[in-house]
Amino acid sequence: MSSVVDPFNKFSYMESGSQRQHFSPYADNGGSVVAIAGEDYAIIAADTRLSSGFSIYTREQSKLFQLSEKTILGCSGCWCDTLTLTRVLDARMQMYYHEHQKLMETPAVAQMLSTMLYYKRFFPYYVSNILAGLDGEGKGCVYSYDPIGHCEKSYFRAGGSAGALLQPLLDNQIGFHNMEKVTVAPVPVEKALAILKDGFISAAERDIYTGDSILIKIITKDGIKDESFQLRKD
Amino acid sequence: MSILAYNGGAIIAMKGKNCVAIASDKRFGIQAQTLSCNFDKIFEMGPHLYIALPGLATDTQTVQQKLKFRLNLYELRENRRIHPKAFASMVSNLLYERRFGPFFVEPVIAGLDPKTFEPFVCNLDLIGCPNIPEDFVVGGTCSEQLYGMCEALWKPDLLPDELFETISQALLNAVDRDAMSGWGARVYIIEKDKIVVKELKTRMD
Repeated sequence: MSSVVDPFNKFSYMESGSQRQHFSPYADNGGSVVAIAGEDYAIIAADTRLSSGFSIYTREQSKLFQLSEKTILGCSGCWCDTLTLTRVLDARMQMYYHEHQKLMETPAVAQMLSTMLYYKRFFPYYVSNILAGLDGEGKGCVYSYDPIGHCEKSYFRAGGSAGALLQPLLDNQIGFHNMEKVTVAPVPVEKALAILKDGFISAAERDIYTGDSILIKIITKDGIKDESFQLRKD
Repeated sequence: MSILAYNGGAIIAMKGKNCVAIASDKRFGIQAQTLSCNFDKIFEMGPHLYIALPGLATDTQTVQQKLKFRLNLYELRENRRIHPKAFASMVSNLLYERRFGPFFVEPVIAGLDPKTFEPFVCNLDLIGCPNIPEDFVVGGTCSEQLYGMCEALWKPDLLPDELFETISQALLNAVDRDAMSGWGARVYIIEKDKIVVKELKTRMD
C-alpha cells in the first residue's frame, strides 16, 4: 500500500501485497417471458434456455410457475433469486389458502408479489416477473414487474433478456399501434399464439440468451393447457 | 452513459426486390431533452447511394463532410460513380484512421449498384468494421427494438410499396419504445429510376 496516498492512515491495517476479494451475489441467467391476455384466456410463454455468459447450463428449464388453477408466474433474470422468490410465494399462497379457505385470485397474487418484491427494496430479487391469469370475472389479465416491485396491469407484455426485441412487436401486432383503419379488439387465442411463436423465433435469432425451445401455458376457465415449441439451439 | 447515446436516434436500411429503403427518425436532443424535431441523419452520396450516421450529432455532421470531400475526390479522379461496396470501404478506412480516438457514429449505408442496380445495405461500427448482410441493418439507440421488429417483419423480395410499409412499421414501433428516438421520421425508397422520400407522422412524446 506504499504507493497509495493515505494521509489519515486509514489503510494502516493492510499488509503490502494483500488483495481484496470480491463476491457478487447476483448472476444473470437470461431468459425471456411473454404473456398475452384476451377476453376469456391468458397465455404465458417462456424460453427454456438457462445460461450464464457464453455458456448454457441447460436447454430445458421451465421458467413458468403455476401458482393456482388460474394464475401462472413467468420469471427471468437471476435463477437463484427466481427459485427463492417462487418458494416463498408458494408458501404465502398456502398460508392464504388456510387462512381464508379459498384460492387466491390473480389480482390478489399480483398485489402480494409487488409487496414481496418491495420488501427486499435494498437487496432486491434480481428477477423480471410477468404474472398471467384470469381475474375474478374470468377475464384474462397480465401484470408485469420491475425487480423492486413496481407493478403494471396490461394485456400483453414481454420481459427478460429479449424483452426489448419482443415488446415493440406485441405493441404493433396485438396493441395495433401505428396502424390505421383497424378496429382495436382483443385478439383470438389462435392469433395470439401465432404472434407469440413468431416473436420468439425472431428474438432467438438475435438474443443469445433466448433459444432452444419455448413452453407455452394457455389458461382458460376449463384449465391450463401446455404446449411446447422448438427454437434454434445455437 | 455512452457517448454514442448522447443525442439519440434510430436508423434502418432494408433490401427489397430491385430496391432498397433507408429510414431514420428526426430527433436531435441532449440526453433526455429534445432540442429539434428536424435533424437529418441520412445524407445523399450519389444518385442511388445514401448514408445514415446515427450517434454523436457533431460527428454525424463532421463525418458527413469528410466523406463528401473524399467522395468528390474519388469521383473526380475516377470519372465515374462510386460502387456502394467501394463507398463502404471508404467509410471503413476513414473511421479506422481514428482507431484510437474514434468518431462516435455507427454508419448505415444503402444503395444500388450504379451499373447492375443490385441492392446493397451495410453497417459499420464506430471504428469501421463493416457488416454486409442479405436482409437489413439497423443502428442507433434503439437497435434492440429495431432488430426485434425487422427480424419479425422482413421477408425476401419485397416490392417497393411493401418495403415502405415494412420499414415504416419497424421504425415507428421501435422508436415508440425508446425515449431517445422518434419525433418525426423520414423514409427513402430507392429504385432504379425513382427515389421516393416520405415523411412519417409519428408520436411526438
